[in-house]
Amino acid sequence: MDFEDTPEEAAFRAEVRAFLDRNAERKSEAKSFHRGRYIPEHNIPETVRAAKQWQAKKADAGFAGITWPRQWGGRGGTPVQQVIYGQEEQNYVVPRGVFEIGLGMCIPVLMVYGTPEHLEGHVRPAMRGEEIWCQLFSEPSAGSDLAGLRTRAVRDGDDWVVNGQKIWTSGAHFSNYGILVTRTDPDVPKHAGLTFFFVDMKSPGIEVRRIKQISGGSNFNEVFFTDVRVPDSQRLGKVGDGWKVSITTLMTERLAVGDAPGPDFDDIFALARTLELDAGPAIRNPAVREKLADWYVKTQGLKYTKFRTMTALSRGETPGPEASITKLVSANKLQDIASYGIDLLGMAGAVMDPEVAPMQAWFQEALLYAPGLRIAGGSDEILRNIIAERVLGLPADIRIDKDVPFSQLKTGKR
Amino acid sequence: MNFDFSDDLKLLREQARKFLSEKSSPKSVRKILEGAAPYDAELWRGVAGMGWLGAAVPETYGGAALGYDGLCVLAEEMGHALAPIPFSSSIYLASEAILIAGTEAQKRTHLPKLVTGERIGTLAFAEGAGNPDAVRVQAHVANGKLSGTKLPVADGEIADFAVVAADGTGKASLYLVDLRDPGVTKTSLKSLDPTRNQAKLVFQDVPAEPLGPAGQGLDLIQALLDRAAVLIAFEQVGGAQACLEMARTYATERYAFGRPIGSFQAIKHKLADVYVATELARSNAYYGAWALSTSAAELPIAAAAARVSATDAFHLAAKENIQTHGGMGFTWEADCHLYYRRAKLLATAIGTAPYWKDRLISELERRNAP
Ligand SMILES: Cc1cc2nc3c(=O)[nH]c(=O)nc-3n(C[C@H](O)[C@H](O)[C@H](O)COP(=O)(O)OP(=O)(O)OC[C@H]3O[C@@H](n4cnc5c(N)ncnc54)[C@H](O)[C@@H]3O)c2cc1C
Repeated sequence: MDFEDTPEEAAFRAEVRAFLDRNAERKSEAKSFHRGRYIPEHNIPETVRAAKQWQAKKADAGFAGITWPRQWGGRGGTPVQQVIYGQEEQNYVVPRGVFEIGLGMCIPVLMVYGTPEHLEGHVRPAMRGEEIWCQLFSEPSAGSDLAGLRTRAVRDGDDWVVNGQKIWTSGAHFSNYGILVTRTDPDVPKHAGLTFFFVDMKSPGIEVRRIKQISGGSNFNEVFFTDVRVPDSQRLGKVGDGWKVSITTLMTERLAVGDAPGPDFDDIFALARTLELDAGPAIRNPAVREKLADWYVKTQGLKYTKFRTMTALSRGETPGPEASITKLVSANKLQDIASYGIDLLGMAGAVMDPEVAPMQAWFQEALLYAPGLRIAGGSDEILRNIIAERVLGLPADIRIDKDVPFSQLKTGKR
Repeated sequence: MNFDFSDDLKLLREQARKFLSEKSSPKSVRKILEGAAPYDAELWRGVAGMGWLGAAVPETYGGAALGYDGLCVLAEEMGHALAPIPFSSSIYLASEAILIAGTEAQKRTHLPKLVTGERIGTLAFAEGAGNPDAVRVQAHVANGKLSGTKLPVADGEIADFAVVAADGTGKASLYLVDLRDPGVTKTSLKSLDPTRNQAKLVFQDVPAEPLGPAGQGLDLIQALLDRAAVLIAFEQVGGAQACLEMARTYATERYAFGRPIGSFQAIKHKLADVYVATELARSNAYYGAWALSTSAAELPIAAAAARVSATDAFHLAAKENIQTHGGMGFTWEADCHLYYRRAKLLATAIGTAPYWKDRLISELERRNAP
């Protein structure tokens, strides 16, 4: 066992570091709260502009699309290089939260199901940050149960005409394109009647409305489709194969999601050492020490689980199911750490004024966005189902909606 | 990045799994549970015959020199199979104590016999309730003779000799003591896990040979416990994994309400949580294996993290395995309780979770001194 890079990996890492040192600010210990924050919500155009500039630099240096084929402008590199880049970039203050969906899910699915023209037209612009993509999957009556979606697409000549509503679409308000699942046949069982497209978000008939979140900001949206024409050439996969394409997309999503951004063990440890309770620093309190120890072993457990995944990748193996536990563990841990960090502040815990609250109210901010992380990209419950069924091989839930035509299924009040 | 066991060690794991599934089957573990013998002597000879008692011992002393990561792999399998033998006492504690503190002559005298299994050793440290940081050592040595009481001593009834902590509060010294001496009274104690022996040892003027520098006993014990913590963490991970496998199998075979109980989410989610805890513990244990086998400065932190994580995982896995089995899980006849007992035995063996959590945070404070 060792943690050493191979000579090639070490050379790549050095190249990455040199690039990051030249182009980005290294996070300082004193400003550890730089380490992870959701996209600042107060000035979206400014954030998007900064993110685009950064993305273009990254692409020019060959660090966007690391594993993508050279033919489309990628580096043609290995998954291990991708991991190394991620490990290094974490240590720098760089814009986040704008391109993850497009580069982590939309372009990869385009690469599986798109034509050479699609790839010629979109991979490079997405990689350079010129085109932003969003994921138009969830609907008011279809979230975990994605195959319950109702947005209709009806064939009309060379086009499809789309009517319906999507919801919770992150970044739709600044996206150029979106991947879209629709129902094309309501009279067959739900999974069989879906078809997958990508759409230009400027298409006539698309209306984007911001939704205000718990945190007060609005990163996600409702997206309404009224007689939107989508050319059949933008269909991905066969008519009726939309479920299969969606699953491919969600699999890449699960590989793409990393740790929940926000205060982690090091931060609550630092807070506990500096905060004074009645009897001295909080860290002298046995109850605090026990909590800290629990979070430390979870944090380290995740870190070394990733090292195991990376080892499998570098041996050319497919990573084991251990990759599926990251989001489940880290989103819950984040919520608990945020909450406990606030408890440590005692009666001042609820003060969210960044001038007053430690680390610019990082813990308070995280408390308010953490619930979203336990829902987005597969809720805790759905992830447990996946582990139980795909990893442990337990039988699937008994289902009453599988063989019934979609149009005859029961629906709820919400 | 090479954060996995080598192919050779994976073969060793398979070999151990196969060997132990035959020789340490639930049926033979039950013989120890229900019989009078304090351990499975035949299994002990078998394990010795495979060369596994000397896995981490250098060849000069008769060992197999597989390295500590080799010993970790074996520990995981011992835990998986609930091996009812004094493997941890004789190997992780006695052999290791001699390896880290013994003179060349002591190593030559004791290690080859520990490797062949001809002699069995243990550590006699505790003197009643308490964690390692709270032990007030009352046993004392005068004119080379030990007197005092040690309790509990794991495998105390089985061991031929013990590494004994004696002389004083706050520092103490270690001694090698022959337990066959007439001044030693061994009393078997009823154990929460009868497949592993626990005893009370009373010493009255028993010859004691110093092991390591005088006055450094507690430091040596801490170093010893750090090493043992990694190895026992592997036993715990192996045990947790076995519980998960048992529960999974039962959940697919047992039907209620016209369907396998494993199709109920309450069962699925429970077992998913056991899986997650076990994988996190495994990853922490791997880091411990790395720190142990490379003698890294991080060992105290890695060991405590592995210990805390694995104790938690085995407890969760063992209790939810019983729960998944319903009434059957509560019977003497089902094997669930063997793991439940072992989980608690291992959780207490070298100090309980509160102690290791506190130690973990203390070590982190030391490493990141402001
Ligand atoms: C911050 C954020 C960003 C998002 N961004 C996007 C985006 O960009 N694009 C997009 O398409 N969607 C997005 N989503 C939507 C997200 O995918 C859904 O919210 C999620 O899949 C849950 O669906 P739902 O909201 O309909 O809840 P429901 O599916 O109604 O779930 C409600 C509760 O029921 C539980 N539940 C549901 N089914 C089961 C089951 N089978 N077993 C056990 N429990 C179950 C859930 O776990 C949950 O606790 C985003 C959500 C959030 C919070």
